[in-house]
This record gives sequence, structure tokens and C-alpha cells, in this order.
Amino acid sequence: MMQSGIPLNQVLLLAASLFTVGLVGVMVRRNMLYILMSLEIMLNACGLAFIGAGAHWGQADGQIMFLMILTLAAAEVSIGIGLLLQVHRRYRTLDVDTLNEMRG
Amino acid sequence: MSEKAAAALEILVYAGAILVLFVFAIMMLNLGQQAVDEEQGLFRAGFWIGPSVLSVILLGILASIIIGGPDQSPVTEITPKEVGMALYGPYLLAVELGSMLLTAGLVGAYHLARPLTKKD
Repeated sequence: MMQSGIPLNQVLLLAASLFTVGLVGVMVRRNMLYILMSLEIMLNACGLAFIGAGAHWGQADGQIMFLMILTLAAAEVSIGIGLLLQVHRRYRTLDVDTLNEMRG
Repeated sequence: MSEKAAAALEILVYAGAILVLFVFAIMMLNLGQQAVDEEQGLFRAGFWIGPSVLSVILLGILASIIIGGPDQSPVTEITPKEVGMALYGPYLLAVELGSMLLTAGLVGAYHLARPLTKKD
């Protein structure tokens, strides 16, 4: 079904495009939930770059690094959702522009 | 590229855990009628043309892969067995550090989800 070996530059081009999409999403969006989703897209793009590099050199290290990135993404999204719920409880909004002061 | 271990892990972790977290968070936020009105304003033509074009291109690629030629085995295939043996061998410390990170995330998320007290 699939061709033998996708060229590395195409994989890296896809990873760069996904990373740019996620980065633009993080910078443009004001709703914190969408910012977290765009961060997940960026992490996925980095994982794809590692997978492509691991396939290019024929080593298992690329997939292991992808597993570490998945672990990081899982821990980060759980903390991020917890912080999101705290912001919603205190300020009744998800707009990150309302968080522009520090106490004290 | 036929990285089976990475594909299975991606489906398990992303579709099975992280997206479920997002769905539960959206359910708990309970945003109400204001969010529904905001989303109704997003159904104008200028918004969905671009993503629809990209989705049609993606659908074409998927169809061409499914219909396409016979399966040619890649040059060097990395089996899940190799990944597992590397995880138990040189990358053992990384696995332990990953488990510590997940425990820290668990405890942190538990404390962040506490209800507000009087002095907050």
C-alpha cells in the first residue's frame, strides 16, 4: 500500500508545516483551550520530525524519543487543563487577556 | 516508514487520553449560551473554505494510498521488538524519568483541581 521509504525532506516539510500551524494558533487565539490544542499540534509536529529522522537512520531511537514526547505531552496537558479550570473558576472567562496582572 | 510502535502509541495516548481530557474539560466548563452564540458566528463561508480545501486534498492523498500499488517492504523496518529492547536497555533511565514526570503531573493536576476556599 505504501511506497518504500518516504523521503526525509517531505517528512520534515510536513513537520515544519504542522509546527507553523500550531505556532500561529498559539499566537493568534485568545481562548485558552484553543491555545492548549495548538500546543498539542506543535508537540505532534516535533514527534513526527523525530520519527522521520529515526526511519532515515534506521535506528529505534527516533521512536523512543517520540515516546518521551508523548509522555511530556500527557503530563503537560493534564497540568494545563487543571490551570484552565482554575482560571475559569476565578475569572469566569477563558480569555487569556484577562490575566494581565499579578497579585501584590 | 512503517513505525508500528509509534503509530499504536500515538492512537493510544492522543486519541485515548489527551482528547478525552479535552472533552471532559469542555464538559466541565459548561460554557453556556454565550459560547453557542460565538460558535454560530463562525459558520460563515470565509471560515470554512480554507480548511475544507485542505481536507479535500488530504482525502485525495488517503484515497490514492488505499487504492495505490502493491506493498513494497521498506529498506530497514524497525520492529516494536527493537523499540522495546532499547527501552529496557540503553533508555532505562529515560523510562524511569518519564514515570517520575507522570507522577508529578498527576499530583499537580490533583492539587490544581481543588475547589476554591473562602480566602481565594
